[in-house]
This record gives sequence, C-alpha cells and structure tokens, in this order.
Amino acid sequence: MNNIKLEIAAVTENISISRVVAAAFVAPLDPTVEEITEIKTSVSEAVTNAIIHGYREKPGEFVQINFLACDREVTIEICDSGVGIENIESAREPLFTTRPEMERSGMGFTVMDSFMDSVEVSSRPGEGTSVKLTKKIGGAQK
Amino acid sequence: MGLQTDIKLDVHGRVLVAAPSGELDHYWAERLRAQIDLTFEKASCRHILLDMGGVSFMDSSGIGMIIGRYKKTEMSGGRIVIANMSEPISRLFDVSGLSKIVTRAENAQTAMNMLGGAFDE
Repeated sequence: MNNIKLEIAAVTENISISRVVAAAFVAPLDPTVEEITEIKTSVSEAVTNAIIHGYREKPGEFVQINFLACDREVTIEICDSGVGIENIESAREPLFTTRPEMERSGMGFTVMDSFMDSVEVSSRPGEGTSVKLTKKIGGAQK
Repeated sequence: MGLQTDIKLDVHGRVLVAAPSGELDHYWAERLRAQIDLTFEKASCRHILLDMGGVSFMDSSGIGMIIGRYKKTEMSGGRIVIANMSEPISRLFDVSGLSKIVTRAENAQTAMNMLGGAFDE
C-alpha cells in the first residue's frame, strides 16, 4: 500500500503539479503510457473543476489530493471546500458548464468517466465537493 | 523553453498557423486563446490551422479552446483544421465528440491544402 496526501493552493498554475505527482505516484505499478495519460487527464479535470468551479479562483484556498494505491488499484480523491454542486447529475452531463464565458467545454466529467474505472462525486452546496477516481492498473480496457 | 508551454503564430495569406507546444490545460488554454485571437483579428485572418505536433498533454480545457476558435472561424466564414494530432489527443477528441465538428489533417501541409492556402503566401 502507498499513500500520498498533497495540498495545493487553488491556483491554475498548480494543475500541472497535480498531474506530475499523479504520474509519479502510479509509475511503480508499471502502467502503460495510455493508463498514465488517462490518470493524468482525469486528475487534471478534477483539480481544474475544484479551482475554477469550487473556489471560482478565490485566493487563499486549497485543494487536497489523496493518492492511494492498494495492490494494483489506484484511488485518487480530489477535495475542495468550495461552493459545492447543486445538482450532481446535471453537472455530470456532457456539455454542462456553469462558466460558458470561460469557454469551458463541459466535458470534464465525461472525460473522467471514459478514462477511469469509476468516478464518485459527493458534494454539499456551500461546503465543498469530493471527486473519487478509481482505476485498476492493468485492468480490462474500457 | 523546457516545460513551459509556448505558441508559434504565423500568418500565410488569410490562414493563421498556430503551433502550440507543451501542456494544454486550463492555465495555458486561457493564455493561448488570447494570443490566437489577437493575431487572428489583427491580421484579418479567415481560417486557423492548428498544428498540435508539439502538444504533449491536453485535457478538456483544450477542447473548450478549440471549440471557441471553431466558432470564431465560422463567424468569419472560415474553417479550422487540426494537424499532427497525437494518439492521446485524438482519443480526447473522440471522447468529447469534437471529432464530429472539426476537420483533422495528417500534417500541416495537408491542412494548408484543405484550407486552400499556401505556406509561401
């Protein structure tokens, strides 16, 4: 078992750092290049959501990322204490975005759903959001 | 240049050739978008040739940026053609449905031909 807890300031410059840590964390499990890309992309999506939707880029806030590896299963939980999601079901629909002015594609959850084995979202309006991404390295390709 | 993301912008006739390099996430998509739009408007371009050969990573922020430029070229009666896409980026295009609306080309020259332009213009 391995575990890393990472806390990053909620600024968009730090999205790339979360990806680098994700890639380094899964590397010992000998993933394929495709699996690394899928995990990096999904982490990038969830952390971006936390920063620009959860916190609306408000300074002084932090995103917590908990990386957990158990056998060949990787679980990455991305948490913020931001505005939360009113309707999780709608938020997960393709093309849904609350920030069209930023040219957000609304495809973040669709990408996570396609690239990970499971994506669990829990959220309370006004309290924050947690996105739990799970993937088995060397598991059946979707 | 290292890990920094950058963009090379050239105008050939009415085609804006944009060649970003590095990682296209939300942070960089916002910056590249501003640079592409500025040159597109200044040079009165009609089409965009987006050469993705130097892009090592992209998430859905890149998808949003490309959809925005697709709309921009449409408004000027032009088109956007994407060249040199890597396998992971190609997959992201398929997953997001972007494949259905934008034209892809194997390389920059083929893309330029599709847009009816020439690199020596």
